[in-house]
Amino acid sequence: MSLPKPEELIQDVELHKTPEKHWMDIKPELKKGYYLSIIDPKILEELDLPNMGKWQPYDEKWPLPENWKDIVREEILRRMEKHRSFKLFMDICVRCGACADKCHFFLGTGDPKNMPVLRAELIRSIIKGEFSTFGKIFGKFAGARRLTEDVIKEWFYYFYQCSECRRCSIFCPYGIDTAEVTIMMREILLKLGIGTDWGLKPVHNSYYIGNHVGIPPHTLKENLEFLMSDFYEITGIQVDVSKYLNRKGAEILYVPMSGDYFADPGIYTMMGILALFHYLDLDVTLSAFASEGGNFGYFNSLEMAKRLHSKIYEEARRLKVKWILGGECGHKWRLWHQYHNTWFGPIDFLEIPKSPITGTVFEHAKDSKLVHICEFTADLIAHNKLNLDPSRNDHLIVTFHDSCNPSRAMGFFEEPRFILKHVCNNFVEMPENTIKEKTFCCGSGSGLNAGENMEIRMRGGFPRANAVEYVHKNFGVNTLVCICAIDRAVLTSLMQYWVPEVSVAGVHELVANALVFPGEKERTTDLRYRPLKGKEGNV
Amino acid sequence: MNALVSFILVCILLFIPWIGVSVLGLKILFGIVIPYACFLVFVIGLIYKIIYWARSPVPYKIPATCGQQKSLPWVRRTLKDRIESPFYTWEVILRMFLEIVFFRSLFRNLRADLSGKRLIYGSAKWLWLGAILFHWSFFIILLRHLRLFTNPVPVFIQKLDYIDSFIQSLGVPPLYITDILILAGLIFLLLRRFFDPKVSYLSYGSDFFPLFLILGIVISGILMRYYIKVDVYGVKQLTLGLATLNPTIPEGAKIGTIFYIHLFLVSSLAAYFPFSKLVHMIGIFFSPTRNMANNNRAVRHVNPWEYPVKHLTYAEFQERFKEVMEQAGIPIDEEVKPEKHEWQSWYILEKK
Repeated sequence: MSLPKPEELIQDVELHKTPEKHWMDIKPELKKGYYLSIIDPKILEELDLPNMGKWQPYDEKWPLPENWKDIVREEILRRMEKHRSFKLFMDICVRCGACADKCHFFLGTGDPKNMPVLRAELIRSIIKGEFSTFGKIFGKFAGARRLTEDVIKEWFYYFYQCSECRRCSIFCPYGIDTAEVTIMMREILLKLGIGTDWGLKPVHNSYYIGNHVGIPPHTLKENLEFLMSDFYEITGIQVDVSKYLNRKGAEILYVPMSGDYFADPGIYTMMGILALFHYLDLDVTLSAFASEGGNFGYFNSLEMAKRLHSKIYEEARRLKVKWILGGECGHKWRLWHQYHNTWFGPIDFLEIPKSPITGTVFEHAKDSKLVHICEFTADLIAHNKLNLDPSRNDHLIVTFHDSCNPSRAMGFFEEPRFILKHVCNNFVEMPENTIKEKTFCCGSGSGLNAGENMEIRMRGGFPRANAVEYVHKNFGVNTLVCICAIDRAVLTSLMQYWVPEVSVAGVHELVANALVFPGEKERTTDLRYRPLKGKEGNV
Repeated sequence: MNALVSFILVCILLFIPWIGVSVLGLKILFGIVIPYACFLVFVIGLIYKIIYWARSPVPYKIPATCGQQKSLPWVRRTLKDRIESPFYTWEVILRMFLEIVFFRSLFRNLRADLSGKRLIYGSAKWLWLGAILFHWSFFIILLRHLRLFTNPVPVFIQKLDYIDSFIQSLGVPPLYITDILILAGLIFLLLRRFFDPKVSYLSYGSDFFPLFLILGIVISGILMRYYIKVDVYGVKQLTLGLATLNPTIPEGAKIGTIFYIHLFLVSSLAAYFPFSKLVHMIGIFFSPTRNMANNNRAVRHVNPWEYPVKHLTYAEFQERFKEVMEQAGIPIDEEVKPEKHEWQSWYILEKK
């Protein structure tokens, strides 16, 4: 599918104009390039999930089960009964409109149903219309409407145009969290058998093979070896990968994301992390089974998220490690931070994480025993345990993209910045209203990073790209650093489209660039074979 | 259209006591029965709402963080970080206090505009200001009204009344500042709903209705104080009677229809309150993205309905990949045995 040119893409966006018709009277029109394909029913079956057979969203008539209305009603009520958040958020919105222009999908499309308030109204109106006497009497006047097949189409279309980034929720005076609403709505759609191809294939892979991209154990090892052979070529430092895989009795279990040993540019982050392990002679292992810290299950249902991630603590137990270290990933850290010990705790078979290098006890992770690799590395740098030469990143002018989940679900701002400021000399922040808690989503989070919906991805990523473009033009920024595996993949496409001069990297890629190994050969390139500043002639 | 219907609805509400009292003379109905009934609906309705929300558990600890987390000891956390990414209970309380009393999140508000191909963000504190003016004035006016329900009037209320009315108008009685401010706030909130295209687009009738209703209450109150004078002594007899559960309609007092209109509109608002979006007043206290601490990894949150799920075990995984793992020299775990685990599901229908 060909996209319009960047300067044409958002020409139709009007942020201060609205349609003539009331939104309830606008039938959902599923635009090509905006929605995801539907999953093969076989995959659903193998995951024990309901399915509606073979069909696609563009079909005029969707093959909904006969009792679909009952299912939907029952599932709504069940979720209101089980989640106070959902129940409350359905009641207390005053439609003040503070959230309206906070959503990147609204800013990139101008579609009023992408205003978070209206996204939530898509279900709020049904709850009023189906369950409230008030709503039934006053109808549209009170914002109520009845459940129809068009409503299901609308839900599918718009709840998969939300990336659960929670930017709107920090502006809401009542803390209404659209991510909660989207999670519930996708669960309800899944209960009907509506699931996306891009969202569920990785789930299937992760469930049966161990990671989203479906890399089996032996290939995982090969990939890591391949990465480290490049590393050897660049630095002359030999890293033995085999001791880092499925080794029982290691002190630490490191859980990567498949994006980091599968594709450019994530692989350089993985390379950097393995290099760091080698530098420290850290007693750490990966698990071929728990080889995925990311969790596409979360983009389908909380239950599926739990089904995928149970393997992480199980592997920690089996491998008899003391604590768990997690790689640079966004939604993974939402789950690891906010859900894991509730799901699987109490975690009494592990020990309170303690850095074997610095002796620092990670008190803030004393219950879940999960430490972020950036916390670990920042601690090393703070204790002066790394010999760093930041000038080896002088060919890069760096800015940092705060990934949504670490920002708005953890408050993870200073650790990666602290590392960056020690490993490179040129660090520039993007404009204040687009970073930290106000950061913009990449536009492709929560399972939207497919090919068939590229237009909505480029539109949704527009606010982020726009801020990068600003620092690129004003400060010559050429590297966008992030701590999320999905980001590394999707920001790359986003940059190619909007700001092609900027490439995307992980924090630990820059760490490894700067890390001076004893006995290494003189470096002339970075981990990507790009010449270092002043070494251009040597390559 | 929505606004018009809301306006007409409020007008109808206004005419009911007018006709009821001045034509039909139903003073007991409008002065005693309806206020009591509506107040009862208000209290019971709110209690019902609170129980209704409280009955649903909070399965996960999901604060939305707007500040640096507490992690390594040398990572600096400012007061702002502590409030917006609270780790300790007192920090959560502070966050909730700022949220409820000063509308912290609304204060963050921004405005986004497209200038050609560039997105620009500007400060947008007007909504915050309008909301603060309206809510605080409403609250102070409510407190001031306690002088009608207490005898003797507490010193605090007297002081409040004195401060609020420090602007001496030419005529008596002095002008209340909050009367002006609440009007300003309400009119601003109303104009937004008319003229801001986005807000106008997403407004229902049920968004205009309470604005018109409260505007009706404010205007009837102001009229009563400054223009259509009522017998304040008579009014106080009536209100004090209501408060002390000894209700009477004072004989011969010239209370005036305007008072009954004011009272009826207030009663309508009270009865409408628990069943409308106005419950946000109570709901904010329950909001899990604001009232929970960001200490998930240190303090475990327990979900009362958590259930074990179906998942693949390592034994199954190893069985599947044993051969390739051996060939690749990946350690095989000889101790691991196949195990069955209990599970439940919201999705899996067939029998285990």
